[in-house]
Amino acid sequence: MHAETVNRKAEALAALASVPSEPGAPKPDPILVVDNVVRRFGGLTAVEVEHVEVQRGSITALIGPNGAGKTTFFNQLTGFDTADSGTWTFNGKPMNGVSAHQVARQGMVRTFQLTKALSKLTVMENMRLGAQKQRGENFFRALVASLWQPQEDEITIRAEELLERFKLAAKRDDFAGSLSGGQRKLLEMARALMVGPELVMLDEPMAGVNPALTQSLLGHVKDLREQGMTVLFVEHDMDMVRDISDWVIVMAQGAVIAEGPPDTIMADARVIDAYLGAHHDAPLTTAEAEEQLHQAEAELEAEIEEKA
Amino acid sequence: MDWTLIFIRAVEAGIGTEAVIYGLAAIGLNIHFGYTGLLNFGQAGFLAVGAYGVATTVATFGLPFWLGIAVGLAAAVLFALLLGIPTLRLRADYLAIVTIAAAEIVRLVVRSVALQDTFGGTDGLEAFSDDFYGMNIYAPGSYDIGPIGFDHRTMWVLTVGWVLVAIACTVVYLVMKSPWGRVLKAIREDEDAVRSLGKNVFSYKMQALVFGGVIGALAGFLFALSRAATQPDLFSTELTFFAYTVLILGGAARVLGPVLGAVVFWCLLILVKTGMEEAVNHQVITFITVNQVGSINYMLVGLGLILLLIYRPQGILGDKREIALDAR
Ligand SMILES: Nc1ncnc2c1ncn2[C@@H]1O[C@H](COP(=O)(O)OP(=O)(O)OP(=O)(O)O)[C@@H](O)[C@H]1O
Ligand SMILES: [Mg+2]
Repeated sequence: MHAETVNRKAEALAALASVPSEPGAPKPDPILVVDNVVRRFGGLTAVEVEHVEVQRGSITALIGPNGAGKTTFFNQLTGFDTADSGTWTFNGKPMNGVSAHQVARQGMVRTFQLTKALSKLTVMENMRLGAQKQRGENFFRALVASLWQPQEDEITIRAEELLERFKLAAKRDDFAGSLSGGQRKLLEMARALMVGPELVMLDEPMAGVNPALTQSLLGHVKDLREQGMTVLFVEHDMDMVRDISDWVIVMAQGAVIAEGPPDTIMADARVIDAYLGAHHDAPLTTAEAEEQLHQAEAELEAEIEEKA
Repeated sequence: MDWTLIFIRAVEAGIGTEAVIYGLAAIGLNIHFGYTGLLNFGQAGFLAVGAYGVATTVATFGLPFWLGIAVGLAAAVLFALLLGIPTLRLRADYLAIVTIAAAEIVRLVVRSVALQDTFGGTDGLEAFSDDFYGMNIYAPGSYDIGPIGFDHRTMWVLTVGWVLVAIACTVVYLVMKSPWGRVLKAIREDEDAVRSLGKNVFSYKMQALVFGGVIGALAGFLFALSRAATQPDLFSTELTFFAYTVLILGGAARVLGPVLGAVVFWCLLILVKTGMEEAVNHQVITFITVNQVGSINYMLVGLGLILLLIYRPQGILGDKREIALDAR
């Protein structure tokens, strides 16, 4: 098991080693290829991506400041919003103009920045909903339980395994509305996996998740790669990006401004500029933020002591 | 005051023709609104196409009764498709606007002078129910259980009606506990989540609209056959409004909610109406006349609905966690 873990990660890194760190760099085995995707809202150009590729079997991070167009870009690719122009292919198949549910059926499944757990269904029903090609989802077959119950049982077993992995097994029969924000994120991710995706697109999966849970979530994301899935995820915390991603794509003002391995990206002047603008001493990671906080506290304490 | 009379009238209404018709209409609405979250404000239109489907086929064209039933059902399916295709991709409110208008259009078309030869204008149609009453299993006479009684024709209508209610409830129960029903409930809450899981939301909403509409057409058949006549103004917006009241009273998104709602609604309506009439006749209430009782009764229905929505939006059977009406 462990050997394999090293393997997949090593494979992804080896494949990306020869890729130049520049926007639009071609990948050896891209699962997703995007060309000239533009989305405007009135006068505002939210997305204007010339060319970008995502390597199959890798964990790719999509980062950028607030309003960079990351979510809008996800919406275009997954058919939740219509691009003004542009083309993209998934597994070589053109996907522009394909409706959202068809995109998901092809194996490109996304989660949402604002979590969409179905709060009036139970956790288990949420999970079952994700399964594809259900016989009981046809109105006439639905009338005869014996036609779909066996499949439902199989789906339930698969769902239970996933819930176990995501530490939600105890919540199985609770309404999803009773889950905490972090647990909803977990549920949404687990539910997306029920679809059986090839490419998983996660929009800020760690937002609002406590640090302890974050670690296990990161573990789950790495697991996806081990199972042969490709992951494209949006994240603001650089520690996490550095921890799990094989490749980082940086967006600012709708365009891809930089690409490369995490360490290269974090040293990139354009990235620091885009993220921080004039505030060059602002924290980039939680670790840095904490360090600055400690420093400030120490200074304050010193000041108080001086006065006393 | 004759309390026995008031009581008998109320019970008769609770199990009577109106309760069955509104029960069926509300079962259809429950599929639309209760389970799928579709704001169909034109349920009266589905009843109308059902009623006029059978009436026109038999009375105007002289074709067989069962063909008339088939035409009524087909008309309901067609009506659902016509409503759904342009609106189901849009936001929920558009369906509400379109359905309320479409139901009025149906009413105005069957009412129109230009089509009087086909639909009978404001007088409507009659002489299409002979075959229906020809199948009556009850011999002519009066059928009484204690003080409550119906004639043989009403008995036949009620038997067919309650059997249809039972069948409709069974079908709703079966499909709503299946994966098909799960998709519907998920759509009610968040369409985009359902799309992201590879389900064709448009198709499911259309299926729900057709299914609920067909049950509405069954109510329309019963409405027309029970009166042995049909008039356009039976199918005004009021009918839809009452059906919503019935649904919300009983409890939306519950299989038996609309049925219980219909029974309680008609029981209460007639209880209050007969009670007021008796009170006026016996000079217990002196500030209104008997002629005003009807209007006051309907005002009370409106007031009751408002109070219900404020204090118990889940109705009698509903689960507050599950209904689409987020009152607060
Ligand atoms: N429906 C919309 N109508 C108008 N403008 C929009 C719409 N959606 C997004 N925008 C604009 O497009 C830009 C990109 O927004 P988007 O949500 O894609 O950013 P993001 O990179 O996901 O930001 P964040 O990190 O805060 O989630 C923003 O300026 C936003 O205001
Ligand atoms: Mg975003």
